[in-house]
Amino acid sequence: MAPIGHHGAVLLKLRNPNRTQTVPGPVKVSVLLDRLELNRESVLLIRNGTIVAGDTTLQDDDEVEIRPVISGGAL
Amino acid sequence: MKCTVCRGPALIDLRRHNANFCAEHLAKFCRDQVERAIHDFDMLEQGARILIAVSGGKDSLALWDILNHLGYDTAGLYVGLGIGEYSDVSGRFVQKFASERGLELLEVDLRSEHGYDIPTAAELTRRSPCSSCGLSKRHLFDRAAIDGGYDALVTGHNLDDEAAVLFGNVMRWQMDYLARQRPVLPERDGLPRKVKPLVRLTERETAAYCVVTGIDYQVDECPMAAGNKHIAYKELLNEMEVASPGTKADFYLSFQRRAVHQLDGTLAEGRESLGTCDSCGAPSPSDICAFCRLKSTTARENR
Repeated sequence: MAPIGHHGAVLLKLRNPNRTQTVPGPVKVSVLLDRLELNRESVLLIRNGTIVAGDTTLQDDDEVEIRPVISGGAL
Repeated sequence: MKCTVCRGPALIDLRRHNANFCAEHLAKFCRDQVERAIHDFDMLEQGARILIAVSGGKDSLALWDILNHLGYDTAGLYVGLGIGEYSDVSGRFVQKFASERGLELLEVDLRSEHGYDIPTAAELTRRSPCSSCGLSKRHLFDRAAIDGGYDALVTGHNLDDEAAVLFGNVMRWQMDYLARQRPVLPERDGLPRKVKPLVRLTERETAAYCVVTGIDYQVDECPMAAGNKHIAYKELLNEMEVASPGTKADFYLSFQRRAVHQLDGTLAEGRESLGTCDSCGAPSPSDICAFCRLKSTTARENR
């Protein structure tokens, strides 16, 4: 469920554990990942069901899932 | 950013291939990489009847989808591990995937069919959850593949999985493990042929394949895998990958091309010592196999 009051910022949905965070837009995806200290090989950004390219600029009111792709456990 | 193939808008860049892809050409890229792995490592005959070990995660569902596209006769096997809501949700993703595509799905439930689940096994034995889980799945997948007469058991181990395991094995110079780390293990003595067609694809690529082809999968991490050392190895390898794209593929594929066959003798030595479990008949280096010992321990402690 999206939290109320993220208008005027980019809403980030993070996983493991599930949580949300806002950042001011506009912000380029690659810059955002650097700020969050996330490795580009370890995540996908998804907006409206579509992968967001690294050179995309996110705007205020965008809602973006930052989906981890690393899995562990029994190999 | 434009797609390297069609010059339309790209949604992902794969630096190790110096390429960008749109959704359509990313899906084609992934299928081509699986086809190439199958060809290069002589994994499967065209149209082979195969059993796919499925977990509900991105890798196994992407693999099932791709092999189905490539024309293989596929069935999936899901093992219910009893890890609370995580297992319930994972099972539902697998069932939905199979029913939407009309694919055959076999299911085994650890608790109802074998008397234990992974949290119980971890609590009652000295094994870690991942060790109990891996042991249980290997045993049940092997058995189902043999009993069902499948040409091969196929698993969704991807390039990141294999590079992380290789890294761990090299760090400890575990020669017997290194000798066995191959994308194809032939059928022998009651064990099925085992193949890993995703070894040319990274986790980011299989996750992206699921997104662009509309495959819903279990995104959450297994709650029992927290702190798993392979996850730490993957993070280390991804640091190197960002600094030097292609590092993971070079590390693993060069090992396969140049080094693993130097260990054929070590592999053969390990095979000679394999007998049969007195309890279940599965191949085992001891009188009672590790799976039967695990079942026995959990049954005794559960009384």
